[in-house]
Amino acid sequence: MSVGHLFRYVFEPGFFGSGPVHVALAVGAVIAVTSAVVGVFTVTRGQSFAGHSLADISTTGGSAAFLLGVNQFWGFLAFGAGAAAFMEMIGVQRRRGRDVATGVVLGAALGLAALFLYLGTQTSSTTGASFSILFGSIFVITSSTVPALIASALLALATVIVLARMLLLSSLSPDIAAARGVPVRTVGAAFLAALAVSVALSAVIIGAVLSTALLVGPAATALRLAKGPVRATITAACIGVASVWLGIVLAYDSFYWPPAGRGWPVSFFVVMLILAGYLLSYLRRRDSREPARESLDAEQVCSPV
Amino acid sequence: MSTGELLRLDGIGVRLGGREILKDVSFAIRPGEFTGLIGPNGAGKTTLLRVILGLQPVTAGQVLIDGEPRAARDSSIGYVPQKLAIEPDVPLRVRDVVSLGLDGHKLGIRLPSRARRELVGDMLTAVGAQRYADARVGELSGGEQQRVMIAHALISRPRLLLLDEPLANLDISSEQGIVSVLARLARAEGVAVLLSAHDMNPLMPVMDRIVYVAAGRVAVGSTDEVVQPQVLTRLYGHHVDVIRVHGRILVVAAEGVDDLTADAEDLSVAG
Repeated sequence: MSVGHLFRYVFEPGFFGSGPVHVALAVGAVIAVTSAVVGVFTVTRGQSFAGHSLADISTTGGSAAFLLGVNQFWGFLAFGAGAAAFMEMIGVQRRRGRDVATGVVLGAALGLAALFLYLGTQTSSTTGASFSILFGSIFVITSSTVPALIASALLALATVIVLARMLLLSSLSPDIAAARGVPVRTVGAAFLAALAVSVALSAVIIGAVLSTALLVGPAATALRLAKGPVRATITAACIGVASVWLGIVLAYDSFYWPPAGRGWPVSFFVVMLILAGYLLSYLRRRDSREPARESLDAEQVCSPV
Repeated sequence: MSTGELLRLDGIGVRLGGREILKDVSFAIRPGEFTGLIGPNGAGKTTLLRVILGLQPVTAGQVLIDGEPRAARDSSIGYVPQKLAIEPDVPLRVRDVVSLGLDGHKLGIRLPSRARRELVGDMLTAVGAQRYADARVGELSGGEQQRVMIAHALISRPRLLLLDEPLANLDISSEQGIVSVLARLARAEGVAVLLSAHDMNPLMPVMDRIVYVAAGRVAVGSTDEVVQPQVLTRLYGHHVDVIRVHGRILVVAAEGVDDLTADAEDLSVAG
């Protein structure tokens, strides 16, 4: 099979000529990079749970926005940022009390989302709204929100890159960071804000319910493949973009799959590709260290004293 | 004002939740000195180190560095915390950790440079950690992590190095390795070391001075001056015996003193 033949087989005719596809590919790439980079620091800081909570509360925000007739991105963003500020205030970072928070607060948030979506679909005829809030709508991004999406993504990305070293030092030891003059609390709050923005952006692509997949998934795979911070971040960004782009291509192709005439959801493909990447990373054997032989080492350094 | 003193604690008092953790603690450290901060668990050693680092607000007294009140950001003090709470999936290799010792408090990112790589490599060799330079720090043993954190603290060339219980939970050869690395580097680089420990014995060959903490107060001097039954009895506020056996020192509480028995047992086990 020639390369050209394969190319036509993968990219259905019209793929590169479609306006929504262009927007989806461009916005998808920017958001995937932001989510992946923020995701690496989220996992490093042990804040995947915070990301998950923000996703649940963003779902409520997206539903509220739908009920009010506002673009759902603003709903994701407003509720996510509000929740982040609240989490920072009460210091929900602590591990204890997470079960209660998950069961009660996040349960209530999703309950509200159910009510808002129910009310919204009663008053309007937009039957796809529930689906696009929960599972994303990358092919129907309103062109007027594109600049806001890109600007938010770049802002979150820049925040994390500017604070990168402080975030790493704080992950190593908050006490060392504080002793060296890092405003640990402020840096943590800024990161949480970037996380909230990133979750809201992922929600636009693959839906509020699945947005943590795009955040944590590529990061988790990258942390298995690369040891250092720079390589892990770049690897995560590449995995994120590859998953989103390939997901878009497959969703476009799936228009011709059964039931013919209706494409499969992009979020399905993106999440499955992220999972596939994670599983594939287990095939590559991590070079495991020999157990420490401290005694040998002690002899070497003892002798000169 | 130059007093020849690198660090002076002047009448430090710390009260936490109505409990007096430290009372009227005063002592000084001169450049290049190796000082052991010795005392039973819960005596206030960690609090004292946190005061010096500016992490713990004081209710009385002040910390002077070179005769001046401690600045908010002081690069002349390096710090090795008791234990890292770091998972193996955190993407920090040993060389990344040491590199963060140079500029982890700065904004932005930096480009890799050969000079920095060599500096980090030299530091790792100096603490005997070059073998696992490319391993993730979360995968290392406690003793290996201590060496890495010593390199992290020393690479910014501090004049005072604080270590919080670096010998806790180490096997005997790791313990000796850490002590000899510290003694050698302190001498070679002229760095003053203040190291906390609940067992003074591994430090006997290298300690210039001892700051003995008990019940929130301190006794300061050479080990011969401080580790005396009368001195420690006054410090603890209870009768204490000092037993020297096979070149080791055990501090043992008298019978019937409940709150000291636990400490004494702890010391006996460690000794």
